[in-house]
Amino acid sequence: MTDSKSSRQFQIGINAVLILVTLMVVLPFLLVFVSSITDENVLIRNGYSFFPEKISFYAYQYIIRQGDKILRAYGVTILATFLGTILNVAMSALMAYPLSVRTLPYRRGITFFIFFTMLFNGGLVPTYLMYVNYFHIKNTLWALVIPNLLLSANNVLMIRSYYMTSIPDALFEAAKIDGAGHLRIFLSLVLPLGKPILVTMGLFSGLAYWNDWTNGLYYLSGNAGQKLYSIQNLLNQMITDIQYLASGKVAGNIGAEVAKLPATSIRMAIAFIAMLPLFIIYPFLQKYFAEGITLGAVKG
Amino acid sequence: MKKKTDAKHFREHLPLYLMLLPGLAYLLINNYIPMAGIIIAFKKLNFAKGILGSPWAGFENFKFLFNSPDAWIITRNTLLYNVAFIIVNMVVGIAIAILICEVRSTKLKKLYQSAILLPFLMSMVILSYIVYALLSSENGLVNNSLLAALGIEGIQWYQEPKYWPFILIIANCWKGVGYGCLIYIASLIGIDPSFYEAARLDGASKWQEITKITLPSLTPTIITLLLLSIGRIFYSDFGLFYQVPMNSGVLFPTTNVIDTYVYRALIEQGNISMSSAAGVYQSLVGFVIVIASNWIVRRVDKERALF
Repeated sequence: MTDSKSSRQFQIGINAVLILVTLMVVLPFLLVFVSSITDENVLIRNGYSFFPEKISFYAYQYIIRQGDKILRAYGVTILATFLGTILNVAMSALMAYPLSVRTLPYRRGITFFIFFTMLFNGGLVPTYLMYVNYFHIKNTLWALVIPNLLLSANNVLMIRSYYMTSIPDALFEAAKIDGAGHLRIFLSLVLPLGKPILVTMGLFSGLAYWNDWTNGLYYLSGNAGQKLYSIQNLLNQMITDIQYLASGKVAGNIGAEVAKLPATSIRMAIAFIAMLPLFIIYPFLQKYFAEGITLGAVKG
Repeated sequence: MKKKTDAKHFREHLPLYLMLLPGLAYLLINNYIPMAGIIIAFKKLNFAKGILGSPWAGFENFKFLFNSPDAWIITRNTLLYNVAFIIVNMVVGIAIAILICEVRSTKLKKLYQSAILLPFLMSMVILSYIVYALLSSENGLVNNSLLAALGIEGIQWYQEPKYWPFILIIANCWKGVGYGCLIYIASLIGIDPSFYEAARLDGASKWQEITKITLPSLTPTIITLLLLSIGRIFYSDFGLFYQVPMNSGVLFPTTNVIDTYVYRALIEQGNISMSSAAGVYQSLVGFVIVIASNWIVRRVDKERALF
């Protein structure tokens, strides 16, 4: 039948387009990886390429042997992500429950207090001055954990809606009849039943911490700050240095400045190990990512 | 009598208020105190006297800002980029979503869906490394492999502002298209298959199915996503505009947006008055826009409105 033939052609056509799209998405990541295992001299001579003349694992050996700074930054990222995500989920889960209790006095007012932070903000200047001058957050680990990322009003409200719509009212009633107080209800009913939404929100919070570099950019500086650089901050600093060298504004010995900069393959290797955990967890947690997005859970 | 029951009521709910406390305290510090801090924009800030003790400047800071050429450039760039991002990501996102839903093999379908979201998970710093690997003038892939193969001389990408609108739109699409795509796919799955069966019986072509059934069914999703992004039209992704063009001064005419201006004025130039004026300008106009767009969402589809 001609119909099935044309539909087979149609399938081939759309798959061809989508394979092209997939390649456009995946190839840039491959380029990062291939450059990280390209021999440095080849990289300098031929530029970035998918088909290097000579392969070398020097960059990874360097990171393992001499990469104190890199491993330290990796550790800082893990620590900040862990700490931030735990605090974020704990605070959000706690906060969402009272908001879901319909009898709570001032519930509407409190919800508005939370919600309003999504509509209006004071901007960078007052936030920066407050954290630096009054909370003395500069060059401390808290600089990577506290500003902006610790709680998202949007996520709290999503969790509240989940509590309200996905946990049957009858369960709350039964618990109350059994004499359970709010704390008991929260611990033995809301937390276990709210697990799917908390995992999803925790995942997005963890992703935000892992990828964050702005807090480090704002609140870490000088030698003391560099010790607390996350892997993203380290990557950011290296690319800033390249730009600085290229701008020709270097006052002293250019050769010495260039020598301080890690080789291209090492930079790409650092970028690759910064992405690696995401590649590893993605296949397992993809469902949660997709759910979070379609819930409208992610701040756009 | 009423007072007494209120007090009892309050005691019963005390654990709930305690649960709220950490989060509310955080929002008070992280969000509300800085809101009060917008008065800095109306002050002639003197650190020795503190924020409250500094003399008032009235609208001086804003006069300076709007008399500089920067005010127009950053406003124009912020708005135009957002408009371009919204249109490009929507068109590409819908097209890919429709194609993915047409794929018959479930395995391939899953593969495409997974791939398209991958860039969304990466940080802007990573994106800037990828763009640099492609566009670096000495050893970038584009100059060395693509243009060289075509016999075209390499381009100094980081020195030429005129290319950046295209670069940033492509980079933003690459990174963000998967997000919208997933939402469109979710809403495509919800379309009643009997519509398509009926259309096929009537001998409709694939193209007719798309224009007559798929797109009209997507309209509510499209409109709400559109209005939600219009609500954010006065804000931009700081990383995309700061990090990806590598903070290159030559590129500012086409890469400077309000967010990067505020940052550079504050941290790189220490110009608190200009920076805070630009920040307040963004906050206030952004607030008006978000309220207005929400008002429209409510009229279109109350369910989807933020409030």
